[in-house]
Formats: sequence, structure tokens, C-alpha cells
Amino acid sequence: MTKNNFSRRGVLKTGAFAGAGLAMPTIFTASSASAFTNAPSGSSVKFGFNVPQTGPYSEEGLDELRAQQLAVEHLNGEGDGGMLNTFSSKVLDGTGILGKKVEFVTGDTQTKSDVARASAQSMIQKDGVIMINGGSSSGVAVAVQGLCQEAGIIFMAGLTHSNDTTGKDRKANGFRHFFNAYMSGAALAPVLLNAYGPDRNAYHLTADYTWGWTQQESIQASTEAIGWKTTNNVLTPVGAGDFSSYIAPVLNSGADVLVLNHYGADMVNSLTQAVQFGLRDKMVNGKQFEIVVPLYSELMAAGAGANIQGVYGSMNWNWQLQDAGTQAFVKSFGEKYGFPPSNAAQTCYVQTLLYADAVTRAGAFNPCAVVEALEGFEFDGMGNGPTLYRADDHQCFKDVLVMKGKENPANQYDTLEVVEVTPAAQVTYAPDHPMFGGAEASLGECNDGA
Amino acid sequence: MDAIILQILNGLDKGSAYALIALGLTLIFGTLGVVNFAHGALFMIGAFCAVALQRLFGLSKTTIDESQVDFLGNPLKVQTPYLESWFGHDFGQALIDWSVPLAILLAIPVMLAVGYVMERGLIKHFYKRPHADQILVTFGLAIVLQEIVKYYFGANPIPTPSPAAFRGSLDFGVLVGFDANVIIYPYWRLVYFLFSGVIIAAVFAFLQFTTFGMVVRAGMADRETVGLLGIDIDRRFTLMFGIAAAVAGLAGVMYTPILSPTYSMGMDFLVLSFVVVVVGGMGSLPGAVMSGFLLGILQSFASMNEVKSLLPGIDQIIIYLVAIIILLTRPRGLMGRKGVMEE
Repeated sequence: MTKNNFSRRGVLKTGAFAGAGLAMPTIFTASSASAFTNAPSGSSVKFGFNVPQTGPYSEEGLDELRAQQLAVEHLNGEGDGGMLNTFSSKVLDGTGILGKKVEFVTGDTQTKSDVARASAQSMIQKDGVIMINGGSSSGVAVAVQGLCQEAGIIFMAGLTHSNDTTGKDRKANGFRHFFNAYMSGAALAPVLLNAYGPDRNAYHLTADYTWGWTQQESIQASTEAIGWKTTNNVLTPVGAGDFSSYIAPVLNSGADVLVLNHYGADMVNSLTQAVQFGLRDKMVNGKQFEIVVPLYSELMAAGAGANIQGVYGSMNWNWQLQDAGTQAFVKSFGEKYGFPPSNAAQTCYVQTLLYADAVTRAGAFNPCAVVEALEGFEFDGMGNGPTLYRADDHQCFKDVLVMKGKENPANQYDTLEVVEVTPAAQVTYAPDHPMFGGAEASLGECNDGA
Repeated sequence: MDAIILQILNGLDKGSAYALIALGLTLIFGTLGVVNFAHGALFMIGAFCAVALQRLFGLSKTTIDESQVDFLGNPLKVQTPYLESWFGHDFGQALIDWSVPLAILLAIPVMLAVGYVMERGLIKHFYKRPHADQILVTFGLAIVLQEIVKYYFGANPIPTPSPAAFRGSLDFGVLVGFDANVIIYPYWRLVYFLFSGVIIAAVFAFLQFTTFGMVVRAGMADRETVGLLGIDIDRRFTLMFGIAAAVAGLAGVMYTPILSPTYSMGMDFLVLSFVVVVVGGMGSLPGAVMSGFLLGILQSFASMNEVKSLLPGIDQIIIYLVAIIILLTRPRGLMGRKGVMEE
């Protein structure tokens, strides 16, 4: 009779370690042979554009993709050069990046965090992308940013407005050009005070996920700072469709302002239904009832139609701005596609150029060299005025636009008007602000995947 | 009290949509024995009939206005709808304004045709197959239909306003003795509720008081015997499929001012409508209608702040919770018949 030394517990432990080792994605192990993850070796370098091509935000995603394709054309010396002609940094000359032609692959996030991560992972592992750009949701951005951090890839975020992206979930390998919920509140509050006065009662309907929560918190804080009271905050399910049962009690609550912390189709539906309920025709507390939509996009404005007229909101950028950068981009985009770009398109275009510029200034594709080049980088000529990529949290600080639904639109694109350009200083906050994770929030260490 | 009345009113229009879709589902199930997962897509196609007519009415003649420029600085292309050119500004604008109700006239033949083609072209081949096969094929069809609509109309919601005459809301509270602004109800939702009442009554009257309806009811009860009497029951059932499609389509057309149409709107309603059918009782037309309104109102109540503060998340699960309770206590649903889906 033989005696073996295996115990049941020992076998289980060994099995667990072996299983974990086998299950570990190869992106975390395979790159150890090279200097950094997906170091480009041939005559080209590949970007990954991870945007929603299907699903509820696909129109926004497709507009991002158009802008990303345009950015690649401009980097490779095709077309009229767009914002390369107005960008304050002059190192990009239309010959690709560090002599390598820029290529790209695309992925479909479907606006789902798990799908977006899988798509990003595939682009990193199979396609060998050096940078990922895009996205139309904060949930997606936070998920993909985390993956890029683990994989040693730079993530240039697209449309993500939650404070968390560069707040408690900030990462050393992630960068956000788009503005955030805090900035929306800081920019909107003075305009709302001026338009509606200090004695107002606000009722919030809030999308029940990371973006909705941080936007509601930001808008509540900024409006209470100007004297408004918050009557109620009701969390609504994403994709509810019919918001009538949430809207109906608003008038009877004593509120005279409805703040819709909704985006996309939810915003179109909640605003349309609030107008149907006649809220904007009512007088409450002796004042005209008003609706505020803190985050606007051109595509949402088109979906809401006439309901948006006279309603205040905020944006990262708008094609109607008159600066040279905006005009160059609108001309390139408009001539290629036949309509003006959205602010989601602009942020993705700018992020692509900023990444290329950082690589060129750093003289290397190594992600940590790129991080160093982007941190504290000050630039202009990209449509948002003088802009800083703050080193502490990788958030861009620039002017924020306060918009209003146009009362008498002249054409189908003329849905919103810029009522104020809020200076960057007014929307700047401390890196350890409590809404952004406080003192504990940290970028962590840059990861090059080596 | 005012909050209760408010939520009952809110539940009525949602319940109306559930009832109309569930009515169509039950008609198809009762006549053809098919579990039609493409029924939500028919609701969506109906909604896009309204969008199509709105686009058709909006077709415009382009003229160049040299005095204005577009976003690229080129002379502005001014669009003038042909309807305005042909019928004058006022009448042309009135037609455009009333495009949603007028879309009913377009939706009826379109939906009948869609229903007929769907039944003859695909679903009839699955009559003798298990319900699982029917569900798979109709679900696949629903995905194909919604992707086709997305290809042509995009993924964004498309604004389809009600006629100007029905914008704004009725101060219902004042009518029943409450203060102003306590119970308000949009005019269009009232129109939708009344419209659904008319459609439901018309379907019941058609089945109850016409010879055609009588044969269909007989066929639902005993298809074989009706067939032995020399009646071509299959042809009648095909027509019933078309009628069920038209009911779903009309529900979709009139719902567009409440919910801006998107390609995915049918899927959102489909699952809930199936729960409505199951709760009402498989194969029972009055059960489907009653359960539609009941669940619509319950869902509305569950969205009240007072209820949500006591039971967080209840608005998301109320329909399924009620379905579980009803199926545990009455396994055939509220008005289900013995023998239906029990073999």
C-alpha cells in the first residue's frame, strides 16, 4: 500500500493557484518580453476607437467615429489638416507619428461596460493598439479606463461627464478632455441665478447610475450655493421610457424648477413628457415653472425638437463658436460629412490629436513617456480656448459653455445657442475636492505593461 | 387621495398600451397558437408609420437664399414643404401638424400587409413546431425588423409631437374639487386612453357581432370541427394575424407623442406585454385587457416616492412580483381558460 502526501486542502490550493494563473488574461503576461505593451515595430502604429456603434447611443458613437477617422486623416497628411493648422503645439506635421503611419481599428461598446471591456481587450490583444479612445457613457469610460491601466495602454476618454472618471476612479493611464458634472454646475449656477432669481425650489429627476448621481450632487451643491432649495431628488431607472409617474407629482411638491439629470433618449423622453404635462405653462409660488437640463448634446437637442426651446443646459463645445480652431474643424468635418460635428465628435478628435502630439513631444510611444508629456500640458487652438491637462487628475480645464434651446431655429442644426462662455477659472476645483474622491483619490502609478 | 387619483390616471395610458399589445398577442395565440415575440416590433413599426408620414409630409422643395449662409458659409438652402406649395401655408402646416393622427390611415393598410406577409411568409411554417422554436424565430424576426428600422431612421429618438390642439394638460383636480395644479393630465394621454378604448371595443364587437368573428371564435374553441364544416379557418386566422398586427401598429402610432420613437421601443414593451398576457390568462381577450390596465396602474403606484422610500426599487419589479403572486394563487392567470398551454 502506498502513501501519498496529497491532502484534500493542498490539492485544492494548488488547483486554485494553477487555475488563476491559466485564467489570467495574456495581456497581463505576454507583454513582459517587450519594452511596453504593443510597442510599434513596423512602419505603422495602430489606434483603437472604441465607440457605441449599435445601441441607444450609437448616433453619438458614429459621430465620434467620423471625427476619429478625420483626425487620423489629418495626422497622415490627408485632407485640409483641420485643427492641426490652429493647434498651439506645432510638432505634428502630417507625416504620421514619429514617422509611422497611423492606422486604426474600431470596436463596438454597445454602451455596455462588459461589452466595452471585451472590445477594448480584443483591440489590445488581437489588434495590438497602442491607445484607446472613445466611449459615450461614464460607466463604460470607468470600466475601459481600468482595463487600459492594467494592460499598460493609454486611454483617451471620449464623452464621459461623471465626476468619478477623473475623481475617485482616476487612473494614471487615463485622460479626459471632456468637462464634468461639477463644471456643469459651476457654469450653470450663475446663469440660473440671473435668469430665475435666488428664491427657487428645485426637484431633481436623476438617472440611477454613476453619471446621474454625480451630476445631481454637483447641480444640487451649486444651486444651493446661490440660494435655491432642493425639494426632492427621485432616482429613475435608465431607459424608463415613460417618466409620467415621476413627473406627475412635481407640480404638487412645491417645486418651481425641474432639473432633469438624464441623458440621451431618457432626456428626450423626460423633457418631452414634462412639457406635455404643461409644467412650463404653470405658475408655482408666484413664479413661472422652469426646466433645466444640465448636460446637453446636439443629438439630444434634435431628438427633443421644440420642447427644448428656452431650456438651459451646458456643453463642452459647440460648432457655432467663432474661434479659429472650431472653424477649422467644422469646415473639415462639414465638407466631409455634410453636417456640423457634435461635441462628442470634437472631444474625440481633439483627444486623438493630443495623444499624437504628446507622443511626438515625448519622442516615444512608451505610455509612461506619454503620460509625462500630457501632464500639465497647456495648449490652445482646439476650440475650447486656453486649456490645461492637469497633472493631479488628468482632467482638462477649459471654458464651459452655457447653452439655451433656441427659440426660433433657422434650420435643423440651429437647435441651441451659446448664452455664456464660462471661464475655466470659474469651473476649476481642487484635485482633492470631496466630489472627486477627496484626499484618498489617487492616479496610482503609470503602467507601461513591461 | 390626490396622489392616488394622479397615479391611477398615469397608469391608464401606459395600461392602454399594454392592453392593446397584449390584446394582439392573445388574438394571435388564441387563433394560431403562436407565441409571437415579434409583436413588440409590430408596435414599433406602427410608431414608425407616424415618423414616415411626418417625413413624407415634410418633403420639401429646396431654394437658395443668397442673403443667408449655412454653417459652412455657403448660401443657405431653404426648405419649403411641398404641402405648403400645393395647398397654401395654413392648410399645409395643418396637415403636417396632424401627421400623427393621420398616420392611422397609413398604418392600417401597412400593418395589415406586414401581418399578412409575416404570417404567410414565415410564421405559418412554424405552426406545428414547439413553442420554443416559435419564440426563437419570432424573436429573431423582431431583431431583424428593428435593425432594418435603425438602418433607415437611425438610433436616436425622433420627435413626433401631437397636434397643437392637444398640447398642454387638463387640470383634472379642479374638475373634482381639488386645488389647481394638484392633478394634471396631458390632453394627448387622455386622447390615447379614449382611442385605446375605441380600438378594444371595436375588436370585441368585431369578434362578437359579425359572422366572421363568430367563425373565428368557433375556430379558437375547436379548430378541427370548424374545418370539418368546410370553412377555410386558416384564411380567417391569417386575417386575424393581420388585424392583431394592425392593433399593435395603431397602438404604436398614437403612442409616438408620448414616447419619441426609437428602433428599440418594441422590445421594451414586449416583455411587459407577455407578462400582461400571462397574468390575464393565456388566450383570454378580456383577461389581457384587464391585466394591461391593472399592471399599468400598479406600475404607476410603485413609482410614487412614498412607495419607493418604503420599498426601494419596487418600481422596477412590481409587475413581475404581481405576476408571481397571481400565478401562484391562480396558475391560469386572472381569466385563463382550462386547457390552454397545459398540454
